[in-house]
Amino acid sequence: MSTSADTTALPLAEPHASAGLQLRAWLARRAEVVAIPVGAVIVGFLLFSLFLLALGKSPLAFLDLVWRGGFGSPFALQNSLQRAAPLLFAALCVALPARLGLVVIGGEGAIVLGGLAAAAAAIPLQGAPPFLAVPLMALAAALAGAAWIGGVGALRAYRGVNETIASLLMSYIAIALANHMIEAVLRDPASLNKPSTPPIGEAFAVGPLPGLDVHWGLGIGVLACLLAYGLTERTTLGFAARIAGGNVRAAQIQGLPVGRLVVGFTALGGACAALAGFFEVTAVHGNANASLNAGFGYTGILVAFLARQNPLAILPVAFLLGGIEASSGLIQRRMQLPDATVLVLEGLLFLVVLTSETLYGRFKPFNPHLWAEKRETAA
Amino acid sequence: MSDDLGLWTVLLAVIGGAIRVSTPFLFVSLGETLTERSGRINLGLEGTLVFGAMAAYATAVMTESPWAGVAVAGLAGGVFGLLHGFICRFPRVNDVAVGIALMLFGSGLAFFLGKPFIQPSAPPLPAIPFGFWSDLPQVQAALRVNVLFLVGAALSVALWWGFRNTKAGLIVRVVGDSADAARAMGYDVDRVRWLATAAGGVLAGIGGAYLSLYYPGSWNEGISSGQGLMAVALVIFARWNPLACFGAALLFGGAGALGPALQSVGISQGYYLFYAAPYVLTLALLIATSSPDRALAGAPGELSLK
Repeated sequence: MSTSADTTALPLAEPHASAGLQLRAWLARRAEVVAIPVGAVIVGFLLFSLFLLALGKSPLAFLDLVWRGGFGSPFALQNSLQRAAPLLFAALCVALPARLGLVVIGGEGAIVLGGLAAAAAAIPLQGAPPFLAVPLMALAAALAGAAWIGGVGALRAYRGVNETIASLLMSYIAIALANHMIEAVLRDPASLNKPSTPPIGEAFAVGPLPGLDVHWGLGIGVLACLLAYGLTERTTLGFAARIAGGNVRAAQIQGLPVGRLVVGFTALGGACAALAGFFEVTAVHGNANASLNAGFGYTGILVAFLARQNPLAILPVAFLLGGIEASSGLIQRRMQLPDATVLVLEGLLFLVVLTSETLYGRFKPFNPHLWAEKRETAA
Repeated sequence: MSDDLGLWTVLLAVIGGAIRVSTPFLFVSLGETLTERSGRINLGLEGTLVFGAMAAYATAVMTESPWAGVAVAGLAGGVFGLLHGFICRFPRVNDVAVGIALMLFGSGLAFFLGKPFIQPSAPPLPAIPFGFWSDLPQVQAALRVNVLFLVGAALSVALWWGFRNTKAGLIVRVVGDSADAARAMGYDVDRVRWLATAAGGVLAGIGGAYLSLYYPGSWNEGISSGQGLMAVALVIFARWNPLACFGAALLFGGAGALGPALQSVGISQGYYLFYAAPYVLTLALLIATSSPDRALAGAPGELSLK
């Protein structure tokens, strides 16, 4: 599947071009990958404004509330960052397999399983020193997520099962499994109204980042995105994955282990998503309950596609969507709009961004190979 | 003796459930078969199903006519199909990704517009009591067949026949198997796919109407929970054959009815695990019918579903 058809295959400016022209060409290509998504987001907001106007609501009031609820104050900013943290991990679960041309949309299941695994691991670890127990809980979560999404990758690589459908089915199965564990097997008898696993305890709780009100999930999430960028852009493994994503047969002829690459990248993505669940349990809820299934996995898909599967671009996009989701409560109260308002906006943004894929390589200012044509025709 | 009765009760409930639960699967999978036969995949039918359920319910509440609800749901589904087909006409736009976006957009819009309709009750679609000959209430319940189920069954035969014997069916198949051949024959590939996607959307919307107006027969945000997506997987299992879709939909319906059936005889342990049965079945069938050599027997040549 040619989801993120890379546009970097365009010819460079002619070899004898001056250094100044080469720099301009480089800048132009960089500008394109920023300008088109930003433009798409603006168009998405405009369409959403039409939707609001049709309902008799003011788009300006909406934007004002998004600003105030998501970005306008230190409190709002921290709230947005807190919501951005799981989105970073969830988006990596989409972006890493996307390097191989795979569309994995089952991150939600890996988040839920990761949270469950962390809470389950905390039970036998009670009394152990936290510096040992907390990493073990994170490891349990990561392994659960890696097995789940890596399993989807293995089915893809060795059985030819469509990974998009399989990952979503696995996600539903994971949620059912987690519900079963939370409501029956691991249920804390003291949790009457809201079934949940036994609390992990104060000792194992993950605290805030120094000087902030945002938990460590944000720091580790940013780190994970940076590492993922390094892996995909700066290592031979990432390069091999991209070749396999572009042309499987060519990669096989080159002797690349396509199957193992697929399993490895999907497993890594699953481990990332599971860490989102780990932090939800250890830093937010204190136990595993139905709130784990909060839709971060689905928003993560949108984040990854908005970022065009680039791990660095995930950072600002997750922050933006975290802010929009953080302002949801304020929008509901002040504008008397239902909570699904944000879903409508996200769906519109997603559609416009995907449509904008068709614009790459079409605008002259962004595409040096079109400049040359222009001069040729002028001559 | 009572064990025996329990077993029969479960069996009857599963058969009845298969008929009751299968209809949305049937409609969505027939719609998806039509779309995929034209060489495009629309994963967004899950969103269309949810939106159709909401649109049908809201219309039925307001007009007090369930059939008006079915019509509006089909219309809304068609609009979603048109949107998918329109966006996918642009070069380098990925149809699978657009489907995912429409899945999220359709559900989001349905939740947004459907908020005021969670409380009121809508008139249900009529059912025909084929179990009138029996004295047993369980038999009567199992054989109460909704009209839409019969429409779906007739439609699967009609589509199967139409693909083989009509000009329109041939055009769709040519476009789906080789866009170049279709262009050489003078057909507008994009337009055929656009129409096939729109028609698929209409069917999925009607499937949604069945969900909210007959079984389970109410509107809420968890009404579909992936049935639209399972139906897409079902199409692969049914090898793009409308008749096989009918059988597969019954099988899926039976799997979906297993949990509630066991619960009705008092087996409530592991309820959530039974709830996962249709997903596990779908995945198992997908694994069993896929092959590492990529080429699926009967798959349209232009399909980007690998």
